Amino acid sequence: MTVRDRPGAGASAAGKVATTVLLLGTVSLLTDVSSEMVASVLPLYLTAAVGLSPVAYGFLDGMYQGVSAFLRIAGGYAGDRGGQPKWVAVVGYGASALSRIAMLPATGFAAITAVVTADRLGKGLRTAPRDALIAEASDPAMLGRSFGVHRALDTVGAALGPLVAFALLALVPGSFDSIFVVSFAFAIAGVAVLVLFVPNLRPAAGTARIGLRRTLRAVGGRRLRKPLLAAGLLGLLTVGDGFLYLTLQDRDDFAAVWFPLLYVGTNVAYLALAVPLGRLADRIGRARVLVGGHVALLACYLLGALPSGGVALTVAVLLLLGVFYAATDGVLPALVSRLTPAEARGSGIAAAQTVVALARFGSSLLFGVLWSVQGPGASLLLFAGLLVVAVPFVAWLLRGVES
Amino acid sequence: MSLRSRVVLFVTVLVVAIVGATGYVLNVQKNQDASLAAAPHVPQGGDLSTLRAAPHLVFRSTALGPEYGRVAVVPLTSPGGPRTFTPASCERVYATGDSAICLTAKRGLVTKYQAFLLDGAWARSRELSLTGVPSRARLSRDGTLAATTTFVFGDSYANPGQFSTRTVVTRTAGAEIGDIEKFRLIVDGKTITAADKNLWGVTFADDDRFYATAASGGVTWLVEGSLSGRTVKALRSDVECPSLSPDRTRIAFKKHGDLPAGRWRLAVYDLRTGAETVLAETNSVDDQVEWLDDRTVIYGLPRQADGTASSDVWAVPADGSGTPQVLIRDAWSPAVVRTQ
Repeated sequence: MTVRDRPGAGASAAGKVATTVLLLGTVSLLTDVSSEMVASVLPLYLTAAVGLSPVAYGFLDGMYQGVSAFLRIAGGYAGDRGGQPKWVAVVGYGASALSRIAMLPATGFAAITAVVTADRLGKGLRTAPRDALIAEASDPAMLGRSFGVHRALDTVGAALGPLVAFALLALVPGSFDSIFVVSFAFAIAGVAVLVLFVPNLRPAAGTARIGLRRTLRAVGGRRLRKPLLAAGLLGLLTVGDGFLYLTLQDRDDFAAVWFPLLYVGTNVAYLALAVPLGRLADRIGRARVLVGGHVALLACYLLGALPSGGVALTVAVLLLLGVFYAATDGVLPALVSRLTPAEARGSGIAAAQTVVALARFGSSLLFGVLWSVQGPGASLLLFAGLLVVAVPFVAWLLRGVES
Repeated sequence: MSLRSRVVLFVTVLVVAIVGATGYVLNVQKNQDASLAAAPHVPQGGDLSTLRAAPHLVFRSTALGPEYGRVAVVPLTSPGGPRTFTPASCERVYATGDSAICLTAKRGLVTKYQAFLLDGAWARSRELSLTGVPSRARLSRDGTLAATTTFVFGDSYANPGQFSTRTVVTRTAGAEIGDIEKFRLIVDGKTITAADKNLWGVTFADDDRFYATAASGGVTWLVEGSLSGRTVKALRSDVECPSLSPDRTRIAFKKHGDLPAGRWRLAVYDLRTGAETVLAETNSVDDQVEWLDDRTVIYGLPRQADGTASSDVWAVPADGSGTPQVLIRDAWSPAVVRTQ
């Protein structure tokens, strides 16, 4: 339900990408190992060690997802305003790192909620200034590839995190504290790479300080209006992957048994396609790839709405979902950063990501209600029908937007 | 700062992080080994077949040591006394005089859960189909019916239901009857078809009738169901994990009331009078309780204090009086077998 920052990279592509992008990718990789380690054992920790039920965990998870959207704008603007995007990102990464070690003394529901919230706030704060740094460091003609490389490295970290966590649990059974300590070590290494090696790239002249009013004008201006409208509209029709996975398990025992691994299938496709689709976006236009990604999403809904499943169909849905993320997650900031004046880039990227996150949150609520009233199949078909109308409209809306 | 000093600083940070984290984990491992070796051995003794001839309690032993997770038996006359271990290891267990149902977990990257029926010698006689994380298991009194509840999906922020369960009933000597969530759910005369419908926590009344929890749209109900009619009918709201008393007149259950999410109070509902009695246990209980006799219910409570994954089985009077007492230390998932 948030704009996901997940990765996938290829060596040949990486060779031409700016060092700063690779360094930021490394920071994200280490940080994602750290955060996915904790995220993957959190349900287990809360229910097994702390004694909360799955219902309370669901509440925590909702909060977990919700808080970060609003801080993105603040992070983006702070990076632009102070001309110090790197240090805003450092605060964000630092807060998440400290939240790992704070898990050690936190035992009650309230304390754990506070720590998890601090982590999410850190994530919200850092995303936009980091993406602004990626855009600043990249040749404008290969923005798509740069974001693809960054997201690919990020996804590698997200895939490694749970592996490290479960290996640790096998070594020291039941010692969640060990997971928090090792997770903290990964996070600190990530912050060290950021602080010591990533340059604090300032936009254009390096002295530009943009005020709130000019930022608002840049973000709300004509150039960004259409992409933001398009992102919001498409976000409203994007069903959260949790619901898609639920639909798959509902009709198909294969998906139910392998439920915890469904997201891995999606990530593998994302990892493999983030760089190629980023390059494609640089070649044929980011808007086109963004629209194309939603065609893949449409196919995903239609396959998901079929009454009976099977291994092939389940895998197809997961791959299409990976195509969708690869065609949208890095491509949207690449598109937006081209259309925003350099001194308001962080704010522009943050605005787009927040619009998407809020639209997807609304879509989740709506889909949740529809789901309980008329079941998964009919709800997916309804969203598919709306996408059939929205995709051509967005294609029309975004035509020539990059020229 | 020059590149060289930054590299030196980075390597220092890296070394400190690696050494610190590794040292911490190794230290935890050493302490775990030490505490395992020093764990006081729970008193053991008794002969399994003699024990099973008289009324007894079957439970999952959570005492630290090599027998952690093993199913154990104590005589009903001395539940706090020495326990006798069976060869079976289960996350959740329920038993009758000559059979048992056992839910197991093989932990790994993807934890694999299985459900087995055990015979009189605690050997696996049949594997039942199971999807998801097991949470409840019950046998009918004569052992001919088995029910398992699993969480297929444990959370969803936008959905008031927040989870999805499957509850499968099987004839132990015959075919699987199927997922009772597919049964017709009737509330106040209306059939509920919502997709967020969940049913869990079965307790059997006889060969056909059973009680369970149904939920939809954030509301839970006590339902009475018929296997042959493939229907469940709501009796009252806010009832979870029902358990029928031995004299079949009352239902003990978890009541959510106006407590925070994920907390419950134990209560008893009288099927004859409709009266509800809240029990003296003030801790939140997330368990399907068991009846020790017609006056007392027993249930597992995790032991919060020492941070271990241990738990005790407690007993409290079923009429709201008295105070909770520990019945069996280091135990979970109790089943009372009254013999035939």
